[in-house]
Amino acid sequence: MKNIQFNKIYKQLNIISLILIVASLILLVFKGLNYGVDFKGGTLIEIRVEQSSSKISSIRDSFNQMNLGDVSVKSFGNKTDYIVKFEKQSSNDSKFIDNIKAKLSSSVGNVDFRRVENVGPKVSAELLKSGFIAIGLSLAAMLLYIWIRFEWQFSLGAIIALFHDVIITMGIFSLFSLEINLSIVAAVLTIVGYSMNDTVVIFDRVRENLKKYADIKIFELTNISINETLSRTIITSVTTLLALFSIYFFGGEILKGFSLAMILGIVFGTYSSIYIANPILVLLKVSQRTIIKEDKN
Amino acid sequence: MLYFSKLRVFSVLIFTLIISYFALSNFLKFDDDYFSKNIKLGLDLQGGSYLLLEIDNKPVITQKLQSKLLELKKFFKEKKLILRNFSVDQNSIIFESNNKNVNEIKTILDDDESEINPYFQQYKTHQFDFIVDNNFFKLTLSNYGLVLLKNSSLDQAIEIVRRRVDEIGTNEPNILKRGNDRILVELPGLDDPGRIKSLLGKTANLTFQFITQNSEESFGTEKLMFEDESEEAIVSKRIILSGDNLVDAKPTMDTQTNETVVTFNLDRVGAKKFGKATSTGVGKRLAIILDGKIISAPSVREPIVGGSGQISGNFTFQSATDLALLLRSGALPAPLSIIEERTVGPDLGQDSIDSGILSLIIGFVLVVLFMIYKYRIFGVIANLALISNLFLLVGILTLFEATLTLPGIAGIILTVGMAVDANVLIFERIKEEVKNEKNYIIAFDSGYTKSRTTILDANITTLIAAFILFFMGSGPIKGFSITLGIGILTTLFSVYFIARLFTAFFVLKNKNKDKLI
Repeated sequence: MKNIQFNKIYKQLNIISLILIVASLILLVFKGLNYGVDFKGGTLIEIRVEQSSSKISSIRDSFNQMNLGDVSVKSFGNKTDYIVKFEKQSSNDSKFIDNIKAKLSSSVGNVDFRRVENVGPKVSAELLKSGFIAIGLSLAAMLLYIWIRFEWQFSLGAIIALFHDVIITMGIFSLFSLEINLSIVAAVLTIVGYSMNDTVVIFDRVRENLKKYADIKIFELTNISINETLSRTIITSVTTLLALFSIYFFGGEILKGFSLAMILGIVFGTYSSIYIANPILVLLKVSQRTIIKEDKN
Repeated sequence: MLYFSKLRVFSVLIFTLIISYFALSNFLKFDDDYFSKNIKLGLDLQGGSYLLLEIDNKPVITQKLQSKLLELKKFFKEKKLILRNFSVDQNSIIFESNNKNVNEIKTILDDDESEINPYFQQYKTHQFDFIVDNNFFKLTLSNYGLVLLKNSSLDQAIEIVRRRVDEIGTNEPNILKRGNDRILVELPGLDDPGRIKSLLGKTANLTFQFITQNSEESFGTEKLMFEDESEEAIVSKRIILSGDNLVDAKPTMDTQTNETVVTFNLDRVGAKKFGKATSTGVGKRLAIILDGKIISAPSVREPIVGGSGQISGNFTFQSATDLALLLRSGALPAPLSIIEERTVGPDLGQDSIDSGILSLIIGFVLVVLFMIYKYRIFGVIANLALISNLFLLVGILTLFEATLTLPGIAGIILTVGMAVDANVLIFERIKEEVKNEKNYIIAFDSGYTKSRTTILDANITTLIAAFILFFMGSGPIKGFSITLGIGILTTLFSVYFIARLFTAFFVLKNKNKDKLI
């Protein structure tokens, strides 16, 4: 077993985490999130042009002339692929997309519309709402589960770690204006599950050690428990990250945002299981009596 | 934990093999259809169109209130109760009665078995709620009345949508009710939904009305535009004939004018009405009106009594075909609007499958190599569990004909990464146990036992997340939650039955060796 003094820098890292959380919250409040068409409404078109010679600027110009509101054009992958997003969505004009295609073809040559997403304002508002509900529900469900399984001090630690991961991941998405769409909600929920999982493994060990060693203070005890479970923590995050990096690099454009959110979540989730969840046990002065008292009840 | 009965080994083996068979049946061609199932691909992988339609119920409600108003008039007239000043506003019917009749009318409307205000027997609430102010009555559709009305108009609309989609002949369309005012239409393989969108966007309300110069017409008149918006005409509000009387319509070539026209046949009632109207109206222009716009307005040269006729109006063959299709399939009870559309072309779908499989293979190989590097022989055991886990996961998805989406593939890859966690927890625990316990069998046994609660905890948390996603998520995201959720179950199975079997076998064989793990 390794013996790394994780507990030596609890304080310093907690301060950094606190700063990150506050910074993320400020970003979320003042800069907000970059919602994709799922949540903002509008139209997304994935285009493949025939000749790679057509420039992004000519595509952008062509769209700007069509009076579609704010247009964003992004190239990705090969030089022939673009994602175009704009505010306007027209549900009742059945020729809407066909007209755009015709106009675009006349200015940049043959184009293929590989993907079209068109979301009306009512639907996007509902999707956003159900996204928030899903995340809220999952947090509540985790809270309930951990409350049943552990003493309240542990629950609090795990939940704070969870909020830490979700808030900072969202903060990073806000900072870099990364797009929030339906798959990001799925990623956040999976992060919630993973972060909890990671914390629970260490907490199970803390609990076990509390029973075993009556005379070791919680400050020391968390460190022992972290070290005992450390190789598992590392191996599991490595294998999960291997899978996620593979999706990020080879899984195509549609899964990029999802895998990036997951990668961030796993990194912060692993970090917070060690550096957020455990210091809270120390702060709340958890001792052998905490768990024995509970067991008697 | 290391002891397995022969029966158990046998059943684990059989179970795994059967499920794996289904996984393989996706890739192999079997003659027997019954045992050869295929995983269903989501629209994002096979390409296709997803349309969410919303019905605008306002006209349906207005229509209902108007017909109810006539019903009320007739009903109370028969009962010799005098009502007057009927009017209809947004959601309610208002009328006035004589002072002495107020109580009687109230009793009739409030009766549990009321004929004119039904539903109480079934739903414990009437079709209409009403309030009385002196001798003024205000009847408003009750919540149930509204729901039933919306449901019936949605059912009608779904039927019409289905007919229209079927007429176009896409393969295996999926048409579903969503709530009480939405219809979900999934059209696999359709990469240009333009035509179907224009067909679904039309109410297809067809009427025949005479054009009139006389604005004092007893039925009232209205000004309508021609479809090409070239001119306006005043038409009588009297409806000679509506699309309901049509039994067939098809595009044909008019041999005399060389124009494409739509010919139609009428049912008996329609033929009679049409014959009567055209014989009295020789010389007048008869406007053919679709959704409030005049398609054409030919002059009636002679009475049309045969029960068939034709509509001309600058059609191309395509537009004539579409009009005939709309007329055949009938009018929608209310206009539909498309509030969400997602279309994926077939080649992007194939690209997604390819990149999904590529990243699965790469992720899988990386994890397998890492496990062997970390645990040597036990890494191999964990990898065997991982492989059977994949087979089980794909097999179960196939068996239940679950829909595989691109996020679903991501869920499978993620399962590969997270599935080894359980084995890692066990192996790490065993390593600790081995330090204090020289008997490998006991050490392995307690390694399994002591790690069990932790593994359950860890997997339940992910399962909770998957459950919530399943119930809250839509479309492709649901696919992710399905693979993630089933992945957890197959992971637990592969760890506790398959990996443990191999571990037990290996430990029992090598119990006297040094440094087993």
